[in-house]
Amino acid sequence: MLIPHPLLGPRDAQEFTYLGDASLLNRPDGMAEGALAAFCDYVYLRDNPAGVHRELWFHEQGDRSWLVVTRNTVTHEILGAELARDVALRRQK
Amino acid sequence: MRFSGFRVIAEALTGHKGWKPLWRNPDPQPAYDYVIVGGGGHGLATAYYLAKTFRKARIAVLEKGWLGSGNIGRNTTIIRSNYLLPGNEPFYEFSMKLWEGLEQEFNFNAMVSQRGILNLIHTDGQRDAYRRRGNAMLLAGADAELLNRDQVREMAPFLNFDNARFPIKGGLVQRRAGTARHDGVAWGYARGADLHGVDLIQNCEVTGFRIENGRVLGVETSRGYIGAGKVGVAVAGNSSRVMAMAGMRLPIENHVLQAFVSEGLKPLIPGVITFGAGHFYVSQSDKGGLVFGGDIDGYNSYAQRGNLPVIEDVAEGGMALMPMIGRARLLRAWGGIMDMSMDGTPIIDKTPVGGLYLNAGWCYGGFKATPASGYAFAHLLATGQTHDTTRFMRLDRFERGYVIDEKGMGAQPNLH
Repeated sequence: MLIPHPLLGPRDAQEFTYLGDASLLNRPDGMAEGALAAFCDYVYLRDNPAGVHRELWFHEQGDRSWLVVTRNTVTHEILGAELARDVALRRQK
Repeated sequence: MRFSGFRVIAEALTGHKGWKPLWRNPDPQPAYDYVIVGGGGHGLATAYYLAKTFRKARIAVLEKGWLGSGNIGRNTTIIRSNYLLPGNEPFYEFSMKLWEGLEQEFNFNAMVSQRGILNLIHTDGQRDAYRRRGNAMLLAGADAELLNRDQVREMAPFLNFDNARFPIKGGLVQRRAGTARHDGVAWGYARGADLHGVDLIQNCEVTGFRIENGRVLGVETSRGYIGAGKVGVAVAGNSSRVMAMAGMRLPIENHVLQAFVSEGLKPLIPGVITFGAGHFYVSQSDKGGLVFGGDIDGYNSYAQRGNLPVIEDVAEGGMALMPMIGRARLLRAWGGIMDMSMDGTPIIDKTPVGGLYLNAGWCYGGFKATPASGYAFAHLLATGQTHDTTRFMRLDRFERGYVIDEKGMGAQPNLH
């Protein structure tokens, strides 16, 4: 699999390590009401879809940036990639 | 129709005209007492033990493809009970004991071959860990034996004992472990279930659950609605997709695990051997092919095929362990979809929906568990009570903080 790195162009997926569902960017507030249940969901439960999946890849043997890669879990086709930093900043706005 | 040596000879002398199909191919009835979703190893074993051991009832197994078309036909056929934790080891030892009597039990040749499993030791720390594991196995009634380097050499002289980075210093052996014919297991359970009146319904995909007032009433399928008193779901590889139709999210990710077989060779490998310094395990099939595998690919996948980097990694593990494997040609490689649970341990439990039960999260380890999984799931469905060996394998163990983390690595879905 080739991951289209937004800064470096197409890179072999072997250079990356995989973390999982991109929803892991949305870490719950530990001080909020119901934080225990929210953290249980966050740590353990996954949507685990068959089809398009947004997921976190770390360019460990490259520029060490975190990417959000959109990939089809049925065909392994990679549909796009962006810097996780951009995704997180956009979400804060 | 019973199988026996006499029967084989009689058929041989009469032109094999007396063999009949092993099971019926019935159309679904409007309703059953029990509906098992998933006609793989665990679903068929569940139906078998439910019908034979627990109660006479109207039972159906619904399978979207053909019987045994999932991971029961895609694994590396290893059976063993060499686990450490009290939440696991009694269950797998129960399974091992069921394997030992399985062929007599369902009168079918599952080719159970107890040639042993050898886990290699490469460091002093690993020896301590394996000694502890061996003691845990003995406490649960399993067999375990710690071997020194010379004893390992006697058993498997072809291993690379003097690898500069990973010298072999000994091994933990379980002699009762071994392999079984994976398809034969599915067929044996299917035939046994059919003989006890279970309807095995193929090409029947479950497309939804009918749930009212928090209780399941039946399942919508590609062959119409089927009412059910209780529904048991045993669809490892698709658990999240199926349970999402009942409004549930599971502590599971699906990953692809690859396996490989070489060309047929003369008898070479005594039993199963696992590399202790990398992830590589190998056995030899009765046809002579070396059957081996290693890590999962490591990303969410529902494709029953993997990618080349892991093939390279597995091949490197094989070369480090037994360099002669480099002379064998690879015949086939394939992939299966694993339910990777968040602590590496399966789930056999009731769900928040009344009458709906779940058997999932088998990670790499589903094949060896087939008999005990079926027995325990049937016990749960029939009695509403958890079988003693699966009382820790609960669905709510994650939120309660009672994970069964065999590897001690915390919450991540890439464990064994």
